[in-house]
Amino acid sequence: MADQFLTTPLNQWHTSHGGRMVEFAGWLMPVQYTSIVDEHVATRTACGLFDVSHMGRLEIDGPGARQWLESMLTRRVVDMELGVVRYTLITNDHSEILDDALVSCESIPSSQSQRFGLVVNASNRARVVQWMLTRMPDAGVRLIDRTLESAMIAVQGPLAVHLVADHISAHFRETLMALKPYRFLRAELLDIPASFSRTGYTGEDGFEIIVPANRATEVWESLYSKAHQKGLRACGLGARDTLRLEAAMPLYGHELKEITNPFAAGLSLAVDLEGRTFPGSNRLAACRDHRDHVEGTVRVGLRFDSKRPAREGHEVFFENTRIGTVTSGSFAPSLGYAVAMANLSLETSKVGTTVEVLVRNNRETAHVVPLPFYRRKK
Amino acid sequence: MGIAIKFAKSHEWIRPEDSGASATIGISSYAVEALTDLVFMQLPQIGRHVKAGESIGEIESVKAVSDLYAPVSGEIVEVNASLPDNLEILGSDPFGAGWVLKIRMSNPEELDVLLDQTAYDVLVSGQGH
Repeated sequence: MADQFLTTPLNQWHTSHGGRMVEFAGWLMPVQYTSIVDEHVATRTACGLFDVSHMGRLEIDGPGARQWLESMLTRRVVDMELGVVRYTLITNDHSEILDDALVSCESIPSSQSQRFGLVVNASNRARVVQWMLTRMPDAGVRLIDRTLESAMIAVQGPLAVHLVADHISAHFRETLMALKPYRFLRAELLDIPASFSRTGYTGEDGFEIIVPANRATEVWESLYSKAHQKGLRACGLGARDTLRLEAAMPLYGHELKEITNPFAAGLSLAVDLEGRTFPGSNRLAACRDHRDHVEGTVRVGLRFDSKRPAREGHEVFFENTRIGTVTSGSFAPSLGYAVAMANLSLETSKVGTTVEVLVRNNRETAHVVPLPFYRRKK
Repeated sequence: MGIAIKFAKSHEWIRPEDSGASATIGISSYAVEALTDLVFMQLPQIGRHVKAGESIGEIESVKAVSDLYAPVSGEIVEVNASLPDNLEILGSDPFGAGWVLKIRMSNPEELDVLLDQTAYDVLVSGQGH
């Protein structure tokens, strides 16, 4: 059964450490090792170690790379300095959202040779590559899919930064610890070439580290053994999902789909239209200027009175009128009650509004609350 | 404890009382361990008449919701009302304090088609994860 799925370089480690392996976007991935709640709490209080090697890692280089990406992404690329990471959307000519991604800049703007990294969702990797290749200029740009030759490990939680820094040569340690959010750095981890991005998908501080596939287990085991005594846990996709939900981070396929209006989804910061042209930019400009009339919905947070989770697709009512749909929902382990993100009609989306959600024939009471549900203490 | 415990393939256990007319139903320790992270449970109404195989409740974990099925037909006569607020008992004492409900069986012969302990152990050993 396993050979019909892709496996990450850490697959052997997962299966020999109790990982419950499930299919996700064509990959065999651990959904949990012990319990989702334990892994979630470990990430909030100590450190979580996540294998996110299924995410697509694309490299774009060549003298024309910067200008080409500028014409392809919803975020501005021309002014990106070396070491900068930006959250962007990838749209087509109909302004449909093909994916959300992190773009990172590996060269100074004035350099002859330009190189960028693009981390995309596993479920969208194939179509993003295909789409970008159809728009590739004849010369001056290359796109290389580095997914299968590398691994990506997320280290997240209050202990994460020190743990990673302890694996870095003294020369880079200070710089790494001082790295700002949405910045990255190349350095050696042990003696392994790695890139460290001060980003994550949990609401905690930490890094996402890319290393060569054949060194991934060494890196993972070193991080794991150094901090397991202090509460670090290997975490599966289950905890990753509850953590990102509490932090109100969108998940493609849920909060974000082809037809999503990014301005209604609370993602206006992911779209920079000022003096720029990219696929679908005209239509997105119209969405922004008439945002109240386009879909008439907005992404909100719901806090439930009970622990019973609403799930994607459950309908939301206000005084017996259907006003929207849940996009993601779960029991929130850090909060002790169920939460959900939902798209609600504008008129009934104010914080404090009490609504009902139809959870498998039961009406559950919920309240519109500000996002995110959880914010770490600095 | 005259009559032996039986199991449904859907992981409920049932233990008939000595009289043979009614029985206690719960969830196997295997199922509780497989679910993990239980957050919610819905119990049926007392007095409800159910058929074997009918959904009589829900048990929900962080990740997924599962139905609870009646292993036999009959009338629900009692539920463990404190259980939904103390779901950890399902894990710590699944065959005792973690009982879920009691049913007055309308057709006790339905017990015959359920699995005995040995057959159930074989079933779950083949589902290991």
